Amino acid sequence: MLADWTQQEVLTGTTIMAVEYNGGVVIGADSRTSSGTYVTNRTQDKLTPLTEYIYCCRSGSAADTQAIADHVRYYLDFSRISQGREPTVRYAAHVMQSILYNNRDNLSAAVIVAGWDEVNGGQVYCIPLGGLLVRQPMAAGGSGSTYIWGHLDAQFKPGMTDTECQEFVAKSVSLAIKRDGSSGGVCRLAVINRSGVQRRIIMHEDLPKSYDG
Amino acid sequence: MAMLEEPSCPGFVFDNVLRNQHLLAKCGGGSQADAAASSTSALPRAKKTGTTIVGCVFNGGVVLGADTRATEGNIVADKDCSKIHYISDRIYCCGAGTAADTEMVTRQISAQICLHRLSTGRLPRVITAKQLLKDYLFRYQGYIGAALVIGGVDYQGPHLYSVAPHGSVDCAPYITMGSGSLAAMAVFESRFKPDLDQGQAVQLVRDAILAGIFNDLGSGSNVDVCIIRQDGVEYLRPYLRANEKGQRAAVYRGGKPAVLRTDRRPVLADIISTRIIRDSGAAQAAGETPMET
Repeated sequence: MLADWTQQEVLTGTTIMAVEYNGGVVIGADSRTSSGTYVTNRTQDKLTPLTEYIYCCRSGSAADTQAIADHVRYYLDFSRISQGREPTVRYAAHVMQSILYNNRDNLSAAVIVAGWDEVNGGQVYCIPLGGLLVRQPMAAGGSGSTYIWGHLDAQFKPGMTDTECQEFVAKSVSLAIKRDGSSGGVCRLAVINRSGVQRRIIMHEDLPKSYDG
Repeated sequence: MAMLEEPSCPGFVFDNVLRNQHLLAKCGGGSQADAAASSTSALPRAKKTGTTIVGCVFNGGVVLGADTRATEGNIVADKDCSKIHYISDRIYCCGAGTAADTEMVTRQISAQICLHRLSTGRLPRVITAKQLLKDYLFRYQGYIGAALVIGGVDYQGPHLYSVAPHGSVDCAPYITMGSGSLAAMAVFESRFKPDLDQGQAVQLVRDAILAGIFNDLGSGSNVDVCIIRQDGVEYLRPYLRANEKGQRAAVYRGGKPAVLRTDRRPVLADIISTRIIRDSGAAQAAGETPMET
């Protein structure tokens, strides 16, 4: 009698990405969360703060990634208090990785940890499903990323400027939104650098134009 | 001297595995969707409240709404059950899913919130209740089948969250859950505007629940509404009886219809043929065929 989707787990069929530029990082995500074929939230925020300078982009099970993000945020808050300085992005990524790796059989979560610190500037760390940790100048994840890898490889340049990088991320995410059924809604962006985080939303009608045929 | 008898076969006993397989095979009559979902889903299901629950923020608080039908499969188990649960004086929680789970999980968190209020001496915040519920549901990995809409007012103003059975949380100005959530969401998506006043919000919640009641088989009966403001709570149960029993339009006299006129006529007929039928069993035993003329 009950529809199937009421019993199914809420999944973020997603497009997420993060790119390093010459002063920090730009992260981006779509805003769709679905359970089966039903969109349970069309304005989800998948860019989740871990500290003032470190964010994570979540993909996979909504419940798992939210719980992990809460846990890591607690860890990093504790670290800041005990160490007396902002935790590094590398440390945040390692905390995230150890949780994901140690619980890899019970979790379906793939995240990108990105942010800025005094030691190494802007950094992007990719942690896919099994709990591997790799630093990359550019990372993309979620179901939507499969549609845009070619575009990313063709258009990525190391050492872009702030605005170049934002345009690159916005364009890539909107291409994925248009081709992936599990991605949609608006495009959320965040620029993280020395001065903190600056967030942007690109509404659906303002997404960069591409072939619509 | 009394002595315990040593089991004849030491080690593990797998009798129950065979019993469980037998039970599974016996209960295998589940629907196709059930069978496809997993092999264990053919086991008897707990009572689920196929439900419409909604919540909506307005400029001075939150309105929560729910229908009042509880179902067991195709049977309406309760026509006027209460789905808006108390968490604290300014926080309430609508529950959909397994009825027992929503009831117990909200009671549990209500108790924890009460103890928290007593130990801190502060009014509880909605985000605290949300986090407790989320952690609790996440710990049970979806086995506690409670889908909740939690709303309330604290010193920061009105807040509205939804918590899914696996422990994921959404925050939005309007939220629907349960099997009737598609119908209810259609109402919100077409008519919600930011900065509603209380009257508009209650009207919208009412219409959303009605959409669930009339368009979803799992939802029905009445509309319950709970309006939470900084200065007090109005718990309206029922807010509206959507399915009032109708009045009989006319009364018909019972008994047989009156005989107005009688008219007897003899039926005249000639005998054209006569047929004599004997007891066929006896006839066959005697090797005769039935006689016909």
